[in-house]
Amino acid sequence: MSKILMKGNEAFGEAAIRAGVKCYFGYPITPQNEVPEYMSHELPKAGGAFLQAESELAAVNMAFGAAASGGRVFISTSSPGLALMQEGLGFICSTEVPLVALNVSRGGPGVGGIQPGQADYLQVTRGGYNGDAKIPVFAPAGIQECVDLIYECFDIAEKYRNPVMILADAMMGQMMEPVELPPKKEITPVADIPRVKPWAITGTGQHEGRNVIYSLRMQPDVLEAHVEKMFEKYARAEKELVRYNTVGLEDAEVVFVAFGTMSRLCAETMELMAERGVKAGLIRPISLWPFPEKAFDEIGPKTKLVISTELSMGQMLSDVKVAARNRWPVKLIHRTGGIVPSSIEIADRAMKLLEEVKA
Amino acid sequence: MLKKLFFAGSGGQGALAIGQLIAKASMEEGNEVTYLPSYGPEMRGGTANATVVISDRPISCPLINECDVLVVMNLPSLTRFEPMVKPGGLLFMNSSLIPEKASRGDIRVIEVPANEEAQKLGIDRAANMVMLGAILKETGIVRFETVYNELEHMFSGRKAKFLEPNRKAVDLYL
Repeated sequence: MSKILMKGNEAFGEAAIRAGVKCYFGYPITPQNEVPEYMSHELPKAGGAFLQAESELAAVNMAFGAAASGGRVFISTSSPGLALMQEGLGFICSTEVPLVALNVSRGGPGVGGIQPGQADYLQVTRGGYNGDAKIPVFAPAGIQECVDLIYECFDIAEKYRNPVMILADAMMGQMMEPVELPPKKEITPVADIPRVKPWAITGTGQHEGRNVIYSLRMQPDVLEAHVEKMFEKYARAEKELVRYNTVGLEDAEVVFVAFGTMSRLCAETMELMAERGVKAGLIRPISLWPFPEKAFDEIGPKTKLVISTELSMGQMLSDVKVAARNRWPVKLIHRTGGIVPSSIEIADRAMKLLEEVKA
Repeated sequence: MLKKLFFAGSGGQGALAIGQLIAKASMEEGNEVTYLPSYGPEMRGGTANATVVISDRPISCPLINECDVLVVMNLPSLTRFEPMVKPGGLLFMNSSLIPEKASRGDIRVIEVPANEEAQKLGIDRAANMVMLGAILKETGIVRFETVYNELEHMFSGRKAKFLEPNRKAVDLYL
């Protein structure tokens, strides 16, 4: 299949359509506006339904309803919008309803700014919802990877009966790269939903008794048993969904840990450091939860320093420290607020940190 | 092969469109490309720029520290971005709107009176296409035929009447 040059946000929408999405709900927010815009004219053509809600709160709850009745549902937003959706996501986890959410993140906190940020790391990996729940999160580094992940994540969401999150950022949403689009999957016909999703609220026509989707469990023992059942699948997710890439760990003196846009900057930083005589390696978490701790076991004997490299004040740092298990000193290189550092700046700061560690 | 290009102008001048056309054409010729536009609340009249990276290998980073080719459509863009050009690199400047000379002595400067040439052709808005023609001629970064195919896609249907004038504008420097 031939490649086409597509803007990230439009490619993300097309990936969802090709995954057989039936419904999209959203509310405009920069820098992901091209997602709802694209869905508004392309999803109806593909046989699906687009609806612009009156707020992110409404969008996530409409998505909840449509997904509970068995439709493939996609939602997208950007950082402050995701904060508004958190309550709904907690309910969706609690009721074990699958859907895919895309966060094209920007600077924060609050309304923040519209330039790229990664300060949603804690929001997406820990959640802003109450209670014991987890949402698998995947962080692509480019448009093709994001397209492939969105396409696949609907199957993951349905397998685990849980929301799945994709964390992209403003740069990925706005830029263009060549993409190879996956084949179009058919939207599951309504008549087939009771067979494909026997738990879905489809009425009593095709099965005995009612399906009920509910979050309220007043009996503590009933609630505890339900949460423990959810955590059995989260334990499976921790085994099955770990994904990462590594570059040059075996003989690296410095190892960067970076995801998304920051990992691409690190790739160039590594070349700059090689010119200065320092071999650097990279761990790129693709799954942020479950965090790829085992990637750190691939680090070779020459490593003197691990650097969490982030577009936030260091939200991933604690996960990196846990994974490092005191085997190496762990430092942080970061910018925030929508500023993306140059590879030269990262290289300069990494060289300085390395000197400090050696001293 | 790794080429880094940077396009800048005021919103509406079509600097981004030049970058996008080159990126698309280069992809059609089998290269890896990235196209990264600046974005913000500004629209027409605000500042606009785009970074294009072209390579025969996968591109690690779409952001650049310096460029091989800089294209500036107005004076503020020249002032701001001239230092980005690598020594020995190329600077294309729209001399219709930039009365000043470039300050660097270690780069090759190509002055293109893009607006005047477009006006002479009777299509004021195609100044960016005149500039594109000059870039194609000087750099050979993509073939004219590939760009022309892209123009055909761009100017189809109701916009088909603009194809020929734009082709003429691109053709001017070739």
